Amino acid sequence: MNTYGHSVFLDVEKCTGCTTCLRHCPTEAIRIRDNHAVINEERCIDCGECIRVCPHKAKKAVCNKLDAMDRFKWKIALPAPTLYGQFENLDDVDYVLDGLLRIGFDDVVEVSQAAELVSAYTRQYLKTDGVRKPAISSACPVVMRLICLRFPFLKDNIVQMLPPMEVAARMAREKAKREHPELKDDEIGVCFITPCPAKASYVKNGFADYKSQVDVVVSISDIYFLLINAMGKSEQIQSLSKSGVIGIGWASSGGEATAIFNEDYLAADGIDNVIDLLEQIENGNIPPLEFIELNACIGGCVGGVLTMQNPFIAKARLQTLRRYLPVSQNVLSKEEKKYIPESYFFESFPTYQPISRLSDNMAESMRMMSDIQKLRKELPGFDCGSCGAPTCRAFAEDVVKGLADKCDCLLTMREQLAQYCKEQGEQHEGE
Amino acid sequence: MSEQLTFHFDVDGDNFTSAGQASVMMKKNLRQLGISPDTIRRVSIAMYEGEINMVIHAGGGKADVTVDEEGVKIVLEDHGPGIKDIEQAMQEGFSTAPDNIRSLGFGAGMGLPNMKRYTDKMEIESTPGVGTRITMRVNF
Repeated sequence: MNTYGHSVFLDVEKCTGCTTCLRHCPTEAIRIRDNHAVINEERCIDCGECIRVCPHKAKKAVCNKLDAMDRFKWKIALPAPTLYGQFENLDDVDYVLDGLLRIGFDDVVEVSQAAELVSAYTRQYLKTDGVRKPAISSACPVVMRLICLRFPFLKDNIVQMLPPMEVAARMAREKAKREHPELKDDEIGVCFITPCPAKASYVKNGFADYKSQVDVVVSISDIYFLLINAMGKSEQIQSLSKSGVIGIGWASSGGEATAIFNEDYLAADGIDNVIDLLEQIENGNIPPLEFIELNACIGGCVGGVLTMQNPFIAKARLQTLRRYLPVSQNVLSKEEKKYIPESYFFESFPTYQPISRLSDNMAESMRMMSDIQKLRKELPGFDCGSCGAPTCRAFAEDVVKGLADKCDCLLTMREQLAQYCKEQGEQHEGE
Repeated sequence: MSEQLTFHFDVDGDNFTSAGQASVMMKKNLRQLGISPDTIRRVSIAMYEGEINMVIHAGGGKADVTVDEEGVKIVLEDHGPGIKDIEQAMQEGFSTAPDNIRSLGFGAGMGLPNMKRYTDKMEIESTPGVGTRITMRVNF
């Protein structure tokens, strides 16, 4: 039974059943039924590709609205570093952080600050005995879910450390309680400002036994205009930012990997590239590497579907912004380097779910597969999508599983119709 | 039950970037059959290494995979130059791959040894000048 809560939803009113999303979904999770798209929640990895490509804006990410924070007495914003790349001519991150305070937050804890700590501890982690290499970053929730569903063998390669968002959430709570001991736990609200729907799903579902410390997830696009109007309004900007080149670098592909200070790394972005690469890693066909950074979105988090700016422009802006920053503002002391605190780790990994399995019974699966093979030979192989499935193969699977009817294939139907007409004609001639 | 499923793949000889496609497709089939991840991985590695070998040495070939209730049988067949000394070819690190192939990161002499390591049974039939046929079995 699938109990994973998603953040990608369909507005049925707007959907025309045009098949664009069908062809772009990397996990074949979409079908067109009754003239609109239907998402298979078991297969969906919240990558947001369908939101990106939908010409009718019928696919939506469901995040919280900012007023979801009203119920908390002490409101803390956790801006993703991607947020900083959304503004033109921004020369100081403090303008953004000050803007967040002006729109109603009581405090701001930068995810990029936590990212610098995660980078520092990852360097230690990679030196630990028994760590399976190449170690794969745990930062992108789409990649994590993809590995759980499709590459179970690689789960031991994943860096068992929490992503920066979670570390930042914990730091934010600790700071609030330290500075305001009168606050009760449920009076503190932590709001992540996200570039993508997958982070929102992560917060909803947690990760295996781990429950997220974030309360509310608001998209960058949702907060953007409110924020931009509040920015630069303060006479005196306080110095709030605690992140350097490394932390802000996490926003784009390669930033996390270069921060391990080791040349033996690889950074790949874009969901199709990520899948190809995971297939290769599973086959053992990669050079000996220490670390692999994978981002589902092209360009990294700056390419998230909930951002405002083109990912490459955002990346260029971040480069400018990073120019005058120190490498890192969060350096571990000699004492801290000795061991990685327990609070940085997640304990267990979600169990493998064989979602693509045809049947629980192998003999039955074999029979079904045999039927699928037979049916595929009859189908045109155009992968036109008219039947509502992304490929002829997927259609054959649906038919054999009893989820679609063979007559849904337009070409098969046309042939049958032609045959019927011919027979009718011959009959008339005979009369 | 004596049912079995067969899958046929042509391995394109002059395309390095697409080498490994047959093993990726086979992985998908095995996942749908509900085979354990460990078995899938063994089949996939053995098949992948075989595919690469056929591309490097033989200008391509074909792969036929049979699944029955006991396991997976993979037969790789090509009409390449054949293997002169099978015992030598089975040694780790032995390779006849040319430098340009090695510069691509292949030809480390681990192909055949890996295929043997990840399968339960492997047989090589090869005639120099005629071709090679490798039969591998992975039991459930």
